Amino acid sequence: MSRISRLRFRSASAAAAVLALLVFASACKKKAPAPPPAPAPAAAAAPSAPPPERPSITFSAEPTSIQKGQSALLRWQISNATDMSIDQGVGAVQSSGQRQVYPTDSTTYTLTAKGPGGTSTESVTVNVTTPPPPPPPPATESSIDIINSQVKDAYFDYDKSDIRDDARQALTGDADVLKKVFGSDTQIAVTVEGHCDERGSAEYNLALGDRRANAAKEFLVQLGVSGDRLKTISYGKEKPVCTDADESCYQRNRRAHFSAGGQ
Amino acid sequence: MKKYLLLTAAALCAASFLPAQTQRNLIEIKGGQKPVMAVPDFRGSGDAQKFMDTFNAALFGDLQSSGQFQMAAKTVMPLRIPQQPADFKPPVDGRSQGIWLTDWSSPPVSANYLAFGYTAVQNGQLVLFGWLYDVHQPDLRNAQAIGKVYLGSLNDAGARSVADQFAADILARFGATGLAGTKIYFVSDRTGHKEIWSMDYDGSNQKQITDYRAITTFPVVSPDGSRLAFTTYLHGRPEIFVHSLVSGRRLPFYNQNASMNAASDFTPDSQHLLFYSTASGGVSQIYECDLDGGNLRRITATRSIEVEPKLNPKGSSYVFVSGRGGFPQLYLMNTDGLDASRLTTGEGEAVNPSWNPDGIHIAFAWTRGFEPGNYNIFIMDAGTREFQQLTHGAGRNENPNWAPDGVHLVYSSRQGHTNQIWTMLADGTGQRQLTTQGNNEKPVWGKVAN
Repeated sequence: MSRISRLRFRSASAAAAVLALLVFASACKKKAPAPPPAPAPAAAAAPSAPPPERPSITFSAEPTSIQKGQSALLRWQISNATDMSIDQGVGAVQSSGQRQVYPTDSTTYTLTAKGPGGTSTESVTVNVTTPPPPPPPPATESSIDIINSQVKDAYFDYDKSDIRDDARQALTGDADVLKKVFGSDTQIAVTVEGHCDERGSAEYNLALGDRRANAAKEFLVQLGVSGDRLKTISYGKEKPVCTDADESCYQRNRRAHFSAGGQ
Repeated sequence: MKKYLLLTAAALCAASFLPAQTQRNLIEIKGGQKPVMAVPDFRGSGDAQKFMDTFNAALFGDLQSSGQFQMAAKTVMPLRIPQQPADFKPPVDGRSQGIWLTDWSSPPVSANYLAFGYTAVQNGQLVLFGWLYDVHQPDLRNAQAIGKVYLGSLNDAGARSVADQFAADILARFGATGLAGTKIYFVSDRTGHKEIWSMDYDGSNQKQITDYRAITTFPVVSPDGSRLAFTTYLHGRPEIFVHSLVSGRRLPFYNQNASMNAASDFTPDSQHLLFYSTASGGVSQIYECDLDGGNLRRITATRSIEVEPKLNPKGSSYVFVSGRGGFPQLYLMNTDGLDASRLTTGEGEAVNPSWNPDGIHIAFAWTRGFEPGNYNIFIMDAGTREFQQLTHGAGRNENPNWAPDGVHLVYSSRQGHTNQIWTMLADGTGQRQLTTQGNNEKPVWGKVAN
């Protein structure tokens, strides 16, 4: 019987309270060693305490075997203890809890619990295996896949088409990828899409999106990407990636996005 | 004291050059008290009666929506309703002999005008006999303002047509243009793609015009009602298409080789198209061309975004949206592309200009006083630069466009999660939602070609 259920009973009607008391008393009877037929609170406050028990520990690791870089979850439940700790750098712990651990090698964790009744310990071992080497890369990753997965969007300020520092960084990386792809695949072309957030008018945003696509393209051309392979298109605010009315969504929509296609 | 006066005078002088928000209506819907119009239900003889629900709704709606009248409630009208002039019986020695003008001019109706008549079937056609009487006149001869016969087909469309014709005649008596027969073109995504649709001024008759299954938007209609231009992504990059509204067919149009070409408006003579494009490389600029895309003329030459040119109905100047001073604002410029001056105050973002047929007033959307993106509809006198706010923060209100009558506006409004098309009067009253299905935006109001 939890404290919450006791409170709930207290606020119930008188009849329910009597019934609850009976239930409560019978529930307590199972735990308490032969109390007299007295009201429940008296039973809880029985003066003669039993001798202190040794701390008891339940301690587990899940899973017990991991690959390097993965984590395991330690869980424990301790009673009759006042001073509890786990070695291997985990330190002092509460009587009940869990902790994620990232051992690099197989490790045994020992939990030590001290209480008035003595000291108990319990250990678990997490075995760390070395992961298998990664599979070879797909025989030929298509240029379209590379562009879609590696070329990053460039983001803009409201009503602006200036290349910000973060966009400069993204586009510099994009230029490397595009130069590599264009060098190995003479068929591929890329469309630079300009997009806007929903706040400006659709008419003005059509022109603003065009300006953003052009700014991104020009930046790439300056870094040596072939301008002939870059086409621009403005979608204004016609193709938003999200439609929430907040700045984080607005920012996600103020972008130059790259899509690949045949030349 | 003298110094103070000088300062005040200087301040007043400076103020007179700055646009100011006005408290008065820039466009009076009807000066002073609107006349009270009584339109009792008309009846039809024989088969004509089947179409009278349509007729009565159309006639009442046309007159009410014009904003010219205060419509008398049908519930307070006399039980005896005249159907023809012969039904009126002048009182003798002050004693009533039957139906008379004073039944309508005195309370509770208190009308100034009474429209009455009936329909019948003649030679397989629907015939309307319609009269308009000034019920404050002493006798029938002076009372009659209109007495006319109208013909239509014997179906609901015919009933609506004769009601529209009669309403147009009544409105003409008051110097107003009716909306019956006008069309609103707009963008709807109800099929899953943005396509161009049309509807009547009251939201009835919604029809899909394009079926390109690609983003198709920014419709503009020629003032003569014969052509529709719009911008579509059908071939990848946005480009201009022109359709005939007479044949329904697509007409040849040469698009500039550019990353974007977007239709903005026809010229008042319906012979040229204004658009914005990256045709010269670089950023969007304003151009004019013939209806087939030929005879390209560049109008702006700046390094800033220039969009949405609209030529004054008098043909004297362009209003357009420019980013030359920062956030987009409305500018006015001579037809030679010179002497551009900013119309709006520089506050917020001002977009979507539309000329009133009077060539003086411009309706537009402005975020003035609100966060970016929260547009309201404003109108401005392009001469004095006095402006008036018509919507007040109820959602996002954009793309106002004038009706041919010069007193109604159609616009889009997002209240909640969808965009819908609304109309209102130029004083901000009479707001009415016309669409409900899907998202609907970018309305333009046109005449139907004769």
